Amino acid sequence: MTPREPGGRHLESRHMIDREQVLHVARLARLELTDDEVAKMSDELSAVLGHIEKIGELDLDGVAPTTHVVEVSNALRPDVVAPSLPHEVALENAPAVAGGGFRVPSPQAG
Amino acid sequence: MSATDPTALTAAAAVAAIEAGELSAAEVFDAYRAAAAADELNAYVWVARDAPAPAAGAPLAGVPLAVKDLFCTEGVPSQAGSKILEGYRPPYTATVVAGLAAAGAPLLGKTNQDEFAMGSSNENSAYGPVLNPWSRDRVPGGSSGGSAAAVAAGSAPWALGTDTGGSIRQPAALCGIVGLKPTYGTVSRYGMIAFASSLDQAGPLTRDVTDAALLLKHMVGRDERDSTSIGFPGAIELPTATRLDGIRLGVPEELTAAAEGIEPGVLASFEATLKIAEELGASIETCHLPHAPHALSAYYVLAPAEASSNLARYDGVRYGPRSASNGAGLVEMYTRTRSEHFGPEVKRRIMLGTYSLSSGYYDAYYGRAQRVRTKIADDFRAAFERFDFVVTPTAPTVAFELGALTSDPLAMYLNDYCTVPMSLAGIPAISIPSGLSDGLPVGFQLAGPAFSENRILDAAFALERAIAFDATPGRA
Repeated sequence: MTPREPGGRHLESRHMIDREQVLHVARLARLELTDDEVAKMSDELSAVLGHIEKIGELDLDGVAPTTHVVEVSNALRPDVVAPSLPHEVALENAPAVAGGGFRVPSPQAG
Repeated sequence: MSATDPTALTAAAAVAAIEAGELSAAEVFDAYRAAAAADELNAYVWVARDAPAPAAGAPLAGVPLAVKDLFCTEGVPSQAGSKILEGYRPPYTATVVAGLAAAGAPLLGKTNQDEFAMGSSNENSAYGPVLNPWSRDRVPGGSSGGSAAAVAAGSAPWALGTDTGGSIRQPAALCGIVGLKPTYGTVSRYGMIAFASSLDQAGPLTRDVTDAALLLKHMVGRDERDSTSIGFPGAIELPTATRLDGIRLGVPEELTAAAEGIEPGVLASFEATLKIAEELGASIETCHLPHAPHALSAYYVLAPAEASSNLARYDGVRYGPRSASNGAGLVEMYTRTRSEHFGPEVKRRIMLGTYSLSSGYYDAYYGRAQRVRTKIADDFRAAFERFDFVVTPTAPTVAFELGALTSDPLAMYLNDYCTVPMSLAGIPAISIPSGLSDGLPVGFQLAGPAFSENRILDAAFALERAIAFDATPGRA
């Protein structure tokens, strides 16, 4: 059994990630890849996913997912005011600063 | 000037020598500073000029510490092996580094590593590969390769590393030293630049088991600033055991005899160590971790998924360089900054993680991998009902040549075959040198249930004495 999409389609085991998918995932990840990188990424991710696909063979019905090995929930502490990073220190590593904040290009530009 | 060469001593011996007045803390620091500054292995990315004198009675007496670059150190470059953090000097220090400094282990230097701890050879560092002190044409392992090489070469008395899927244990094995990954949650992750938060754990890389215990003793503890930290019940003790009477060792078939790709020389050293364990009184039996062969697959879904989320913060706004291309909008600035400054392996893992979390694939990959993780933890729980420890070779091979695996990501990932299962289960495991194969060190891994660090250290100590591994790389 190979992994299925929720809709039930089998995922293709060879070139599971084609050029279009690589470009789509790269957009989601805010990465810009050169044509060479796209081709290489398609090959490499397909090879890794081909290996990973083996977990599709396991019967995992009724098995609870593990998100974290530590069984701690709601790690609470008293809400006490304490010193935090001074404003100017927080800005010290920023590539661009203006008016006491992080300066960024306009979201409307480009 | 004292007649003793401080760099010839284990860290515990250096502490004792300082306490006995045979050496001063300054002599020890200066000797290591000189050795670190003269390092030819590219193990260090930054070396301290001086160190504060240890507080009177500080238990670690001023014996300095090499620290993997991904630990934040106030005012000191902390670049996690990445160009995207070039020039970053954090405004605060990681809890574990601050705690060790307070205990008398000041910062000696920052060590090279695979970018964001993603790698098994240290070849993914933006600051160049680290060379293995046993053979300079070979890798030191990774991702804590700089820490391992520095300790093995004698340019650090001991070092901090982090382990997500084997990044302390595998380089320790390949460099012939001791490396311990503690139980998840025993050591604070505050100030560790994150890779995969449900797996990342800090631990010691040392010349022997006693040093590992001594360093870990001052690392564990609950930290309010890390809500997943739980601390350690009781205290870490220095090991004393010389025998293994009554200890039951389980040898998981899936990670030994039935595993493909374990080199004959590595298996031979592993089996010789089992014989030694038997002579010390341990009983040895085959056991089963039926889901262990799937651990690597689950890991390479879960860790990249967490990484793709953790690394979303690198966008050229708050720290690190920004793409110099002008005239672009905000999203273009993010995209160009990330594309220009992340290395190929980091991009690969971000892509893999983003893919497996994306709509339509989440259940098939991420959801299934989380369920496999449950089964792997269950396998260990079942094994520990019958056995005190599970033992395997740490890495399937000895140190390989630089460049040997860089064009085949999957082959590189297989380095973690024997270490990833313990990471997914969150349990502690140590690697100790078990001998040489073709003149290169082999690691023996011993894993126990959560919080069994004291028992692991005791067993490893007894084995270490009996194995009597005394080979060292040629120290310049």
